[in-house]
Amino acid sequence: MGLLSLAIWVPICFGAVLLALGRDEHGNAVRWVALIGALVSLAVTLPIYGGFEVGSAALQFVEKTPWIDRFNVFYHLGVDGISLWFVLLTAFITVIVVIAGWEVITERVNQYMGAFLILSGLMIGVFTAMDAMLFYVFFEATLIPMYLIIGIWGGPNKIYAAFKFFLYTLLGSLLMLVALIYLYNASGGSFDLIAWHKLPLAGNVQALLFFAFFAAFAVKVPMWPVHTWLPDVHVEAPTGGSAVLAAIMLKLGAYGFLRFSMPIAPDASHEYAGFMIALSLIAVIYVGLVAMVQQDMKKLVAYSSVAHMGFVTLGFFIFSDLGVSGAIVQMISHGFVSGAMFLSIGVLYDRVHSREIASYGGVVNTMPKFAAFALLFAMANCGLPGTAGFVGEWMVILGAVEYNFWIGMAAATALIFGAAYTLWMVKRVYLGAIANEDVRNLVDINAREFLVMALLAIAVLYMGIYPKPFTDVMDASVADLLQHVAQSKLPK
Amino acid sequence: MIEQFGLAALYPEILLCVMATLIMLLDLAVKTPQRTLTYGLSMLTLAIVAWMEADAAGQGATFYSFGNMVVSDPMGGWLKCFAALATLVTLVYGRPYAADRDMLRGGELFTLSLFALLGMFVMISGNHLVVLYLGLELLTLTSYALVAMRRDHAVATEAAMKYFVLGALASGFLLYGMSMLYGATGSLDISTIFRAVASGQINHQVLMLGVVFLVAGLAFKFGVVPFHMWIPDVYQGAPTVVTLMIGGAPKLAAFAMTLRLLVEGLLPLAMDWQQMLVVLAVASMLIGNLAAIAQTNLKRMLAFSTISQMGFVLIGLLSGVVNGNTAAAANAYSSSMFYIITYVLTTLAAFGVILLLAREGFESEEIADFAGLNQRSPLYAGVMSVCLFSLAGIPPLVGFYAKLSVLQALIASGQALAIPLVIFAVLMSLIGAFYYLRVIKVMYFDAPLTATTVSAGADVRVVLSLNGALILLLGILPGGLMALCARAIVTTLGT
Repeated sequence: MGLLSLAIWVPICFGAVLLALGRDEHGNAVRWVALIGALVSLAVTLPIYGGFEVGSAALQFVEKTPWIDRFNVFYHLGVDGISLWFVLLTAFITVIVVIAGWEVITERVNQYMGAFLILSGLMIGVFTAMDAMLFYVFFEATLIPMYLIIGIWGGPNKIYAAFKFFLYTLLGSLLMLVALIYLYNASGGSFDLIAWHKLPLAGNVQALLFFAFFAAFAVKVPMWPVHTWLPDVHVEAPTGGSAVLAAIMLKLGAYGFLRFSMPIAPDASHEYAGFMIALSLIAVIYVGLVAMVQQDMKKLVAYSSVAHMGFVTLGFFIFSDLGVSGAIVQMISHGFVSGAMFLSIGVLYDRVHSREIASYGGVVNTMPKFAAFALLFAMANCGLPGTAGFVGEWMVILGAVEYNFWIGMAAATALIFGAAYTLWMVKRVYLGAIANEDVRNLVDINAREFLVMALLAIAVLYMGIYPKPFTDVMDASVADLLQHVAQSKLPK
Repeated sequence: MIEQFGLAALYPEILLCVMATLIMLLDLAVKTPQRTLTYGLSMLTLAIVAWMEADAAGQGATFYSFGNMVVSDPMGGWLKCFAALATLVTLVYGRPYAADRDMLRGGELFTLSLFALLGMFVMISGNHLVVLYLGLELLTLTSYALVAMRRDHAVATEAAMKYFVLGALASGFLLYGMSMLYGATGSLDISTIFRAVASGQINHQVLMLGVVFLVAGLAFKFGVVPFHMWIPDVYQGAPTVVTLMIGGAPKLAAFAMTLRLLVEGLLPLAMDWQQMLVVLAVASMLIGNLAAIAQTNLKRMLAFSTISQMGFVLIGLLSGVVNGNTAAAANAYSSSMFYIITYVLTTLAAFGVILLLAREGFESEEIADFAGLNQRSPLYAGVMSVCLFSLAGIPPLVGFYAKLSVLQALIASGQALAIPLVIFAVLMSLIGAFYYLRVIKVMYFDAPLTATTVSAGADVRVVLSLNGALILLLGILPGGLMALCARAIVTTLGT
């Protein structure tokens, strides 16, 4: 069994064991098993990073065995520079989520932890699958644990949120399924992604395929105007669910653009690049403005996620080295930063049980340690140089300016909005005088919460100060992808 | 064509018939309220018969016996094997339920089930119109009796009455269609009919009239719109164990009979009957899914869900022949076969959970009765949600691959309507996902109404867990069953 298989199946097996462990009387044992499971899962991903050959665009750690003979489906795994960091990010965030849920979750602990571990394995599967059917199975299967996480441990309106999440994303995926089956027949009976990349396709077919993939991935990213599910779902999901959703699940969609839309339908991608850039800019600017007026902290961060993901799709569709690498870096950094933002809100919510900005004020007086971390994450969210948030946005803006000055200009103004809504929230929640009794009675973070915050803070700072390890691995793969996308696939 | 005059091909049927009669007689002497002896004998019979069929099917050869009236081929063998297993599982799930409802005062449940299975076997092996019809009547007559078994129960009696009247009408349709075929081709033998139709010498109008009636009769047995009226009432009204007896294994027999009649007999007319199936499939997916949303009774909801699932089975059946080219036929029909087998597997587990939660004097068939099941019993809630996600077609459960294969068959057929029809089908399965998810919501997100834990006998617990695990396992490794269906259909089409 290869390393990638281990990275997928170790968390899933631990998750299955947790589900079998049963009731809440063994709560502590369950938590420790979950933590060990998450740590082992993280540990098996480290050799993948260690053994990764930088500078090669080829797939590495490839595993390929027949899976479903009748449809010529292979259990085909591999990583390249684009997907490598997401494997590690997923395993890392899972550890964080397990620790963050330690005392907070008291009911059906085993199912909570089990769902997150299984989800982790499935998401790593999405990032490593090189067979379209395998990809689809993992992509769709992630809906089941997330649906249960939102519905069981969510807020007051959780049922609406769970259904909206499931049905909204399922609709997009089903249209993609039609495209996959079409490509299977068109390619003479194969779900091999790499073969599909080379398949010549007529212009109108490419356009239809592009929009079928768009339906699945744009909903998942989410791009404006199909982003409306995200704020509803984030508000109701439990803290861990929000963190995983923002940190990793949104990236599944963006990753899909890189693996499916762009290389399979390159001509259509160029044809509709203007459309994609327009949607991205609307997300960056308009949704940024929407974020500014939010009263609910989780909603604010949710809209900010949509705006940040707008940078990602913008970076993809300017088809330059800087743009695409910057977008991938932005995806990774947003994984750390949005996860950290949601976990910070979770810390406050666990104590006061309110997500309203108006319920807080002057938190820094009673929770100085926590406020320091929260401020750091907020700065990263605005893209302050020296934090993770800066690198990706800066690269994308640079790429955009090269592509077209005005697009770069428009994207750059969005940084101001980002700073505005984040800092305004920081001012109202953390700074100033103590606003009410709830805030006066706040207790600063304990060792467990400190650990969560510190791990994320290290990641955010490290990525901001020394992004080289992140960008180095992806250079060759990005160049290869762009070279591929530049070639027309129209039949001659 | 291998002609075999011996009885070897019919040993399982003979054994089944003998044992059913024997169990009926033995049961007179059984005094225990649980009827352990006859139950055990029924289990043993079913297990042996299933094994014999699997063994025969595994050899992969086709035999005809009784002067071509009966055929034994891998497709039939596997379907009979699964039908026997489905009946076995139904009886395991249903015995405690039946005992609680005074349905085990006599051993009729076992005897009638075995005779119903015999009817399915004959339907599956028939290579002759009259043999097919005999099998069908044996199955339906025992089903009427099974539905009416709780004779002091008004709803069940009403369901039996409806079932009988509509069922008799459908049998009449079928018989009428068969007589047309006989009149047009001068033969009752399916292979001869095929040759006659393929020759192109037959009066097309008479044939078409026959085909219309045949399709209507078969559509009734599948329960597809507009011949679906009996399904919701019978599913809801019949005692749950009988619902499962009707909604499970007989679908396999109906599939086999459809294949024998429409494909083995009338493949040259495929372009005509495929058009009829398109209408039936679209209407079933639309009405089944939309009506299921409005249901509060789980059995009734599953009835409408069945209607829509059968629409998907028809999608496979209508994708076999394009412009007279049968190259894609094996792929298309085997996708339908895979669909129907996995559907039966899923239905068994779903009704198994309903049967398990029913207690004396409490039917547990309202969706609300499942509230908070996850807190009462995570295992059974897990089994039920595996079934529902599978029916909704969410990977990695087996229902996804079933939908994938029929949709692939449809796109591969390259018919003009293929892409719009596929998009329609996936939108319908999105609607389907909504009502399946609603049941999962009730089980997982709502608070339980009672705190009673769910208890079950060891046999039920083991079989139900295995059944749920199999739905998941076949979802992770669906290749084997797919290959089995493909081989079986290729053999059948090759003869």
